[in-house]
Amino acid sequence: MLAEIFFAYFAVVIVLTSILVIASRNPVHSVLWMLLLFFHIAGLYLMLDAEFLAAIQIIIYAGAILVLFLFVVLLLNLKEEIKGRPFSRIFVIALVLAIGMAVVISSTMKLLPPGPVGQYSMDMIRATKGGNSSIIGRVMYTEFLFPFEIASTILLVAIIGAIVLAKKRLRS
Amino acid sequence: MQSSYADVARIIPEIFLTSLALLLLMMELVTKKKEFIGFIGIIGVVITAYLTLITNPGRAFSDMFIVDGYSNFFKLIFYLNVILTILISIRYLKIEGVNLGEYYSLILFATLGMMIMASGTDLIVIYLGLELMALSTYVLAGFLRHEIRSNEAALKYFLLGAFSSAFLLYGIALTYGMTGTTNLKDIASYVTQHGIAKNPVFTLSMIMFIIAFGFKIAAAPFHMWAPDTYEGAPTSITAFMSVGPKAAGFAAMGRVFFDALGPIRLDWVAVIIPIAILTMAVGNIIAISQTNIKRMLAYSSIAHAGYALLGLIAGGSEGLSSMMNYLLIYAFMNVGAFAVIIMLRREGFKGEDIDDYSGLAKRHPLAAGLMLVFMFSLTGIPPTAGFVGKFYLFMSAIRAGYTGLVIVAVIFSAISAYFYLRIVMYMYMREPKAEVELSTSAPLGIALAITVAGVLILGVFPSIVIHLAKASLLG
Repeated sequence: MLAEIFFAYFAVVIVLTSILVIASRNPVHSVLWMLLLFFHIAGLYLMLDAEFLAAIQIIIYAGAILVLFLFVVLLLNLKEEIKGRPFSRIFVIALVLAIGMAVVISSTMKLLPPGPVGQYSMDMIRATKGGNSSIIGRVMYTEFLFPFEIASTILLVAIIGAIVLAKKRLRS
Repeated sequence: MQSSYADVARIIPEIFLTSLALLLLMMELVTKKKEFIGFIGIIGVVITAYLTLITNPGRAFSDMFIVDGYSNFFKLIFYLNVILTILISIRYLKIEGVNLGEYYSLILFATLGMMIMASGTDLIVIYLGLELMALSTYVLAGFLRHEIRSNEAALKYFLLGAFSSAFLLYGIALTYGMTGTTNLKDIASYVTQHGIAKNPVFTLSMIMFIIAFGFKIAAAPFHMWAPDTYEGAPTSITAFMSVGPKAAGFAAMGRVFFDALGPIRLDWVAVIIPIAILTMAVGNIIAISQTNIKRMLAYSSIAHAGYALLGLIAGGSEGLSSMMNYLLIYAFMNVGAFAVIIMLRREGFKGEDIDDYSGLAKRHPLAAGLMLVFMFSLTGIPPTAGFVGKFYLFMSAIRAGYTGLVIVAVIFSAISAYFYLRIVMYMYMREPKAEVELSTSAPLGIALAITVAGVLILGVFPSIVIHLAKASLLG
């Protein structure tokens, strides 16, 4: 019962704050609502006994990414931004489509057949020294070594791309 | 679960290409001659192609990666595409004033992502390959940083690409929730064993996959980004994007839809058929009203994705091999057409209006003749390769019993003759308006020679590539 109440709290706040993120006129407010959103997502992870993911969620998303977001937003000319319309003209069509999709997905999800029970059960994770973090690390460097390496290449490309796009114009 | 040397041996071409891209990045620091970086890149890609051919076929990394004829054929398309793109870029980058060495290494990283997509047999690997390819292409599309059109192209591509990635991830999450695996073959066998193939959740994830890959191959109604991105991106990158990521999208689609979603083949065919028709309609009909040639070729590229979808719908080794064959031919004719467009670009003159081609035949008969060949090929007129490609595609679709669909495709193909041949008409039957100088260079000439040879040789002796494509499916 307690779990349901907590889940309901997190779910409702997540939906509300994500709506507020896109509906706020002031970008600084948007970013702050997003901060709240990320904390509640971390709460959901904790409920699923994924404490490693929860910690990462807070350190990386709330800690690093949002601070960067705030920096960028503060560089913008906020007075101009606030004057603009927060939604474009096709807002109504988009809203209808979004609600339609939400209805389709949520009604389909009720029919989700129970998936197989994997190797990493809660008991297995509790029995392992280091818990969640140790198992994630081990899986990443053995079973998922190849995808992990591809992901590192993606990060490298992101760095190169950011530098290329921010470079000064060449003098020809 | 431990990776062994045998696993690593299968990804030697990928490792080599990664090292090459890093080497080019380093060379940017030490060399002033950026074209030299391009040449090293071409030599490296040729070596990678050789390494690909001598790699032992088989699976690696606990069945996440596969080297087989199918992946090798697609990799050859990617190598061809990257070599031609580098050749047409060398002079063009100087004219645009963005002669940076990072350009070449980003192109190689994008190609690496495509190779991983073609070889991935696990949804996670396919997703990561797609992101690697997409991220590099976003940056390349915005490479003309001082030009607002290029910024817009990159931003639009990035936002819509990220949006489509979300659909792909949602599809992966749904299948994983149902089957507990991301391996393509395991998904299919789990679904058939437990009799949940007809479950609506599986259908929903199939639709998510179609949306995500539809974005990548620019199929209507997920094509909205393509015209603006193709128009705004540097012309060489437009050529690169219209062939590489598209072929990679088809490669991954072929794997996901036949291996993982094989049990519900009739369902996804029923969804893809209207998409194919709509794609051909949107591409061919809107292209008629374009005045910018890059934008026209963007719509033409949408239309060609529609044709290639016929091969996926027909299925079987015949359908897939005709699709692969078509994508290879498309690489030749499309990059060739863009090479001619690049020739018209020089300092202070865009050369992107269809009007700029007026009377080109009088001033520069060779350039006009080459453009004529590519336009005929894109229309599908014999004896060019475009005809052969379409012929095999339509034949395979007819044999699979989709005669009505083929009739529609032929009608749209006839419509496409209007806007392709309009360029030919401008070049040969109008008086030249202004003096148009060509910016030729040796690498561009080589690229044109390769593409025109490819279009004509494959047009006259189509059996070479058809046999290659069929043999690669059996192997």
